[in-house]
Amino acid sequence: MVEVTLWGSLAAAAGAKDKLEIEAKDIRELFRKLAEQYPGLEPFIDRGIAVAIDGVIYRDTWSKELPQGAEIFLLPRLAGG
Amino acid sequence: MGFDPRYLERNFTSVGTRPIRPDGLDKVTGRARYGADFNMAGQLVGAILRSPHAHAKIRNIDTSKAEKLAGVKAVITSADLPDLTDGNSEMYAILDNCMAREKALYDGHAVAAVAAVDARTARKALKLIEIDYEVLPHVTDVDEAMKPTAPVLHETVFTEGVEPKPGKPSNVAKRTQYGHGDIEAGFGQADFIVERSFKTEQTHQGYIEPHACVANANSDGTAELWVCTQGHFVYRQHCAELLGMEVSKLRVTSSEIGGGFGGKTHVWAEPVALALSRKAGRPVKLVMTRDEVFRASGPTSATSIDVKIGARKDGTITAASATLRYSCGPYYGMWAELGAMTAFACYNLENVETVGYEVLVNRPKVAAYRAPSAPMAAFAVESAVDELAKSIGMDPVDFRIKNAAREGTRSSYGPVYGPIGIGPTLEAARNHPHMQAPLGKNQGRGMACGFWFNFGGQTCTDLNVGTDGSVSLAVGTMDVGGSRASLSMVAAEELGIAYEHVKAVVADTSSLGYNDMTDGSRGTFSTSLATISAARNAIKVLRERAAQTWDIPVDDVAWEKGHAVAKGEKYGNLPALSLKEIAAGAGNTGGPIAGHSELVADGAGVSFATHICDIEVDPETGATRVLRYTVLQDAGKAVHPTYVEGQYQGGAAQGIGWALNEEYIYGKDGRLQNAGFLDYRIPVCSDLPMIDTQILEIPNPNHPYGVRGVGETSIVPPLAAIANAVSNAAGVRMTHIPMSPPRILATIKAEQAG
Repeated sequence: MVEVTLWGSLAAAAGAKDKLEIEAKDIRELFRKLAEQYPGLEPFIDRGIAVAIDGVIYRDTWSKELPQGAEIFLLPRLAGG
Repeated sequence: MGFDPRYLERNFTSVGTRPIRPDGLDKVTGRARYGADFNMAGQLVGAILRSPHAHAKIRNIDTSKAEKLAGVKAVITSADLPDLTDGNSEMYAILDNCMAREKALYDGHAVAAVAAVDARTARKALKLIEIDYEVLPHVTDVDEAMKPTAPVLHETVFTEGVEPKPGKPSNVAKRTQYGHGDIEAGFGQADFIVERSFKTEQTHQGYIEPHACVANANSDGTAELWVCTQGHFVYRQHCAELLGMEVSKLRVTSSEIGGGFGGKTHVWAEPVALALSRKAGRPVKLVMTRDEVFRASGPTSATSIDVKIGARKDGTITAASATLRYSCGPYYGMWAELGAMTAFACYNLENVETVGYEVLVNRPKVAAYRAPSAPMAAFAVESAVDELAKSIGMDPVDFRIKNAAREGTRSSYGPVYGPIGIGPTLEAARNHPHMQAPLGKNQGRGMACGFWFNFGGQTCTDLNVGTDGSVSLAVGTMDVGGSRASLSMVAAEELGIAYEHVKAVVADTSSLGYNDMTDGSRGTFSTSLATISAARNAIKVLRERAAQTWDIPVDDVAWEKGHAVAKGEKYGNLPALSLKEIAAGAGNTGGPIAGHSELVADGAGVSFATHICDIEVDPETGATRVLRYTVLQDAGKAVHPTYVEGQYQGGAAQGIGWALNEEYIYGKDGRLQNAGFLDYRIPVCSDLPMIDTQILEIPNPNHPYGVRGVGETSIVPPLAAIANAVSNAAGVRMTHIPMSPPRILATIKAEQAG
């Protein structure tokens, strides 16, 4: 079980919850379960979500493990120049 | 076993040196081939008809007269680029921007295009296209567009991110919010509060090379595209999706790039060129004029930002908030959101809140510009921070050091930071001789900090060892700042050979696996990871070949300084085999030797910079002169320090232009008044001092050499550093970018008038 923190707009789409407890071993499983348990998040996942694990931002490595006790923070997928 | 990207301290041989850039001679002698330099036999000239109206319904387009003109081979409208985006709003925006459908949404919006035997005929044909417009009210100002009385661009847009969902359509496409703590309680603890509003005008990335391509659609359904781009694989994807093609049937070859800075991260005219070629059955060359580049491609947002920051007498910030309104052009973006995320990222704040509004206006579709959205937010925040430090009576550097984010700080955008470089850049600034240099009359010094995320992405690289022992490296990220040299240095470092024996090229889309866009400061970070991985895979093959040659187990063969070495006393009489010797014998040990890598580069590591600037202001004219400029930034590890310094200097130069001169000026008719470099003034050499740089190297733990991206952060602090310098020189707070002479003079006179 990991605790996931959602950014403001995402929290609103999850029923005004900014922290969620999810049983997930990696980012892929996290997204799957978020979409199952909080359907309002699915459009955001489709649009792109990045996951910060202990401050390091992962955009595409869905196989990245979610260590117990790590700070897991969801962010919008970033654009760059 | 997968590639391990973790940082390991080591001594470098190639990395950190400064070899002459391999592409330099071609570029300075004119041999380098840019987008407009490619030609095909029988090619036609493409030209685009653009809306003269800021906002107009397209009632009818009659192309019949143009089609009948001798020499015209194809005329297209949106009917030739039907909507195949299947509900993907981002792709639909790109499609609609390439060719307007029901409405023209800005001055310069493409409405039709022709392909003809020469440019004169093409231009003549454009004049023969008859369009029946119903001109609609328009809005180009970000604040005006938010008013309830403003003309609404899209009846289908209802503000996202607000509850309850609005019942009326609006130009405010989205509201986003970031932060933590209790800002009201925080402001209640403050002894000093600064609250100000700021504006920044729209600027263009100002790349010298315009958008240019040659498209050739074949009768068998395949096509080729030669194009200037920051990401030919993404251009392939976009074009294939918009034209209903299989991606593998479209081969895209990138040219040299004369600047992109985010403006060449999605397609503008390329699908139009392909559609023209498909209709005409001949190759089509399409090159935007400078007027078109300004009117119809890539500007950044105009902004309107309110900032409030409070601090105790001891200099501790107790609360900070900002409301950021960013123009997006006619299509939704995440520009204000990026401003909201980055605004206070340099600071350790208990109570912080930022709110962003994405605002639709009748201006060109906004594109990323180097650390998109962060410079404007930093301008507002760093101006207020400077003013607050003054109110308290603290040195602005000491005030920032006291409040700087550090390892373990919860960032204003959410996550807790790992090891970061804001503190070291501030300390370096405090100790830099620039901070102690004397100033004369009407001269002022300013400094400011900046933050950018950096990211990685999908990356694929091939490394081939030639039979003579030279190495070719095929990469899929564009060389926007010298990466072919840097990546060759990385390959040389890993293989243990001389840099001169490695040649890197940017491969076309049919020769290499998919690579993401070259953006987010990712080119050297991502592709050096893939290059190290590919080199290690090649070394594995080289060791196997040496083992075969010696007829010993491969586990007994090590790779040291470019040689296979048999380990153990029993092999004491075996001389080491060089890469060159192994390559020469490859034909009899299993054939070609190569290393391949495909990976997702994540963990780029966030980036910080501090800039110092001295400005002289003429109080009679408002004219400014940049006297001295210093950039201090963390690079993780500078692979080629000269290129890193070039990135620092380039970002500062663009920031100086943005801060002092550059500005989109619209008339009351909603038309752009200054679509050319004569009236839109970017800085030239005589406007700039030598920009000093100091590279800090705080290793990125997620890269074997510690590399971080360096391309974008350097444009974040300049607007604020220059505004603080001008404010100090003129004795009045500047709140509107650009600080052009008339604007400075008006501010000085207003202050004098009380």
